[in-house]
Amino acid sequence: MTNILGYSYWILLLPLLGFAVNALVLGNRFPRAAGIVSTLLTGGAAVLTGILVFGSFGTNPQAQVLWEFPFLRFSETFAASMGMLFDPLSAMMLFVVTVISTLVHIYSLEYMKHDPSSGRFFAFLSLFTFAMLGLVVATNLFQMFFFWELVGISSYLLIGFWYQKPSAVSASKQAFILTRFADSFFLLGIVLVSYIVGSFDFATINSLSLADFSNSFIQLGIAEFSKAQGLAIGALFIFIGGWGKSALFPMHIWLPNAMEGPTPVSSIIHSATMVVAGVYLVARLFPFFMLHENILQLILILGIVTALFAAVIACTQTDIKRILAYSTLSQIGYMMFALGALGYTASVFHVFTHAFFKCMLFLVAGAVIHQVHSNYLSSMGGLRKKMPWTYVCALIACLSISGIPPFSGFFSKEEIFLATLQNGHPVVFAFALLTSALTAFYMFRMFFLVFHGNARTQFEKPVKESLLMTLPIVILAIFTVISGFEKNIFAEYLVPPQVTLPHTGAHFPWIPFAATALSLAAIILAGIFYVSPRAQIAKALDEDNRSRFYKIVAHKFYFDEIYYAVVRQFLLGGIAAFLKWFDNVVIGSLVKAATFVFQKAGDAVRAADTGYLPFYLGTLIAGLLFWRFLGNLPL
Amino acid sequence: MTLQNCLILAFLLFAIGIWGLLRRRHLIGMLISIEIMLNAANINFIAFSYFSAKDSTAGALFSLFAIAVTACEMAIALAIIVTMYRRHHSLDVNQLRDLHD
Repeated sequence: MTNILGYSYWILLLPLLGFAVNALVLGNRFPRAAGIVSTLLTGGAAVLTGILVFGSFGTNPQAQVLWEFPFLRFSETFAASMGMLFDPLSAMMLFVVTVISTLVHIYSLEYMKHDPSSGRFFAFLSLFTFAMLGLVVATNLFQMFFFWELVGISSYLLIGFWYQKPSAVSASKQAFILTRFADSFFLLGIVLVSYIVGSFDFATINSLSLADFSNSFIQLGIAEFSKAQGLAIGALFIFIGGWGKSALFPMHIWLPNAMEGPTPVSSIIHSATMVVAGVYLVARLFPFFMLHENILQLILILGIVTALFAAVIACTQTDIKRILAYSTLSQIGYMMFALGALGYTASVFHVFTHAFFKCMLFLVAGAVIHQVHSNYLSSMGGLRKKMPWTYVCALIACLSISGIPPFSGFFSKEEIFLATLQNGHPVVFAFALLTSALTAFYMFRMFFLVFHGNARTQFEKPVKESLLMTLPIVILAIFTVISGFEKNIFAEYLVPPQVTLPHTGAHFPWIPFAATALSLAAIILAGIFYVSPRAQIAKALDEDNRSRFYKIVAHKFYFDEIYYAVVRQFLLGGIAAFLKWFDNVVIGSLVKAATFVFQKAGDAVRAADTGYLPFYLGTLIAGLLFWRFLGNLPL
Repeated sequence: MTLQNCLILAFLLFAIGIWGLLRRRHLIGMLISIEIMLNAANINFIAFSYFSAKDSTAGALFSLFAIAVTACEMAIALAIIVTMYRRHHSLDVNQLRDLHD
């Protein structure tokens, strides 16, 4: 136990080593070796994490800092550190990230086999793993921000991995710019909070009490605020960072577009790990956010709006990866409003279970796409006979996300429902139930259209399920089945530090029955629409002859268009045009004036350079005389 | 013969030298003008050492030293002039614009 604590930094260093080796040495020259090296190193990190996490079970679940060193010293007493925080929350995330990363690495060995630049792919994937691990073990806000940006850049690199595709390039830019926009607020929040508190440390920030700050004041440019208000503003700004990274409404548009990246990337970064970073941030600073009622309200509302909004859109999409992307948005909404409703344990539990089944769903989608070479539901259908293993696993995942017992999603969703109702948010609870039913509907819509019915494309020769791609899916299916039963562990260990949650103790034994019944009804409805003998699949997949409402939803409520209009009219048309004018007219004339002056001065001086010897001698003598009689030549 | 007369002579020689240096168009002429200015300086040395110094040898020695240095200088200058002549076939400063650029 003590041994592994001493070597815990290897968990971070192994993926970094994988990145360094692949980026500098192996790369695209030896793609196969690059893949194997990355996989083994990440697997090593997973094994170390497993020893670390399971070794610390049953021991004191207090947070401990395994190691820490000052990274940037701002003053004698104020330094930004890098360290490794080990508490139940970070242990859970470490476990999830390393396990999923290893499985996705194994999967990618097969999935990316024919890509000529798969060496680059594995290098970036290892970089991402390193960054994500650094993020979850962060001991302070500064380290979190550092790795937060690092996951952002690796996400950008991987979304735009196929840089020959213009759509991938624009998606990667969109994701990067949108999250950068949110991150700038995050940075402001960090500056503000650390300035008021005098520390970056989570432990310090989480143990504040607002009463200590309400009597001193701080000047924030426009007006003077009390430091307590300053902290509230800082908390809001910090949350905006998570808002963008977790793609909450209305900053959600980058996530569905990020599906342009390779499917393993969507699986690990854009569903299981990176996009829950916002949830992780709020959970990590939960006692701090609890001080600010209004921000919790905002989190609650944003969460439920995102959950419902994304679920509605997911019902109309025909691109399998986009369905899953909207489903991810919806599930992140769940985690967020659970936090807003003070359901810390429920939210973190949902992060845990969601990571496995959503990652698995993406891997299934990847396997299906590998088979039919298309993302669209219209080219799939009837795949259950060709891919029996994938079929069973997909069924487990869909049942899990729909909240059917005994799979993991049932337990975590039930916890969330209970938390919302116990803490007095009946409206949110009603919407959450509705979203849950919608989730079951669209997941089974996708499931039936992919695996049931008749094949809508004819294959020359169907590819057999390969071991390397099926094995990770099966392992994740096992995790999906068992992870729900860890409810008690979560209830015991994953409670927010330093605060006590209000506990009403009210029990609502009907919740699981109601939720399950609704989900089952939605599944049956999906079955009637898409798999029964009378189902009109051609009509269901037709996007043109639809009602107006359906079209609006299918166009994602035109959010992409609104963003483009804003960017084009306001940013490009307004600000950029003004800046261009300013650059041309003001800066340009300043530069021209400067060159003009110096050119003329140069001309004047150059006239003296005659090359005529008596002129030089004459000026020499005249100068000396001038110096002697009008200056101070010491003679 | 007074110190004043000697100084006037030196001044006149120096003025003639400057005048010649600025007005002459031929390199040899300019060289001669420089020589005249140097001799004006030597006359000053001798005159001051003769009229006002306690020990007159120092001034005489110094002017002898100056003459020796001038001889070396002239040798170098003449060498340059010979090279110039070989290049341009002329020693007229109006045509010698090598210092330009």
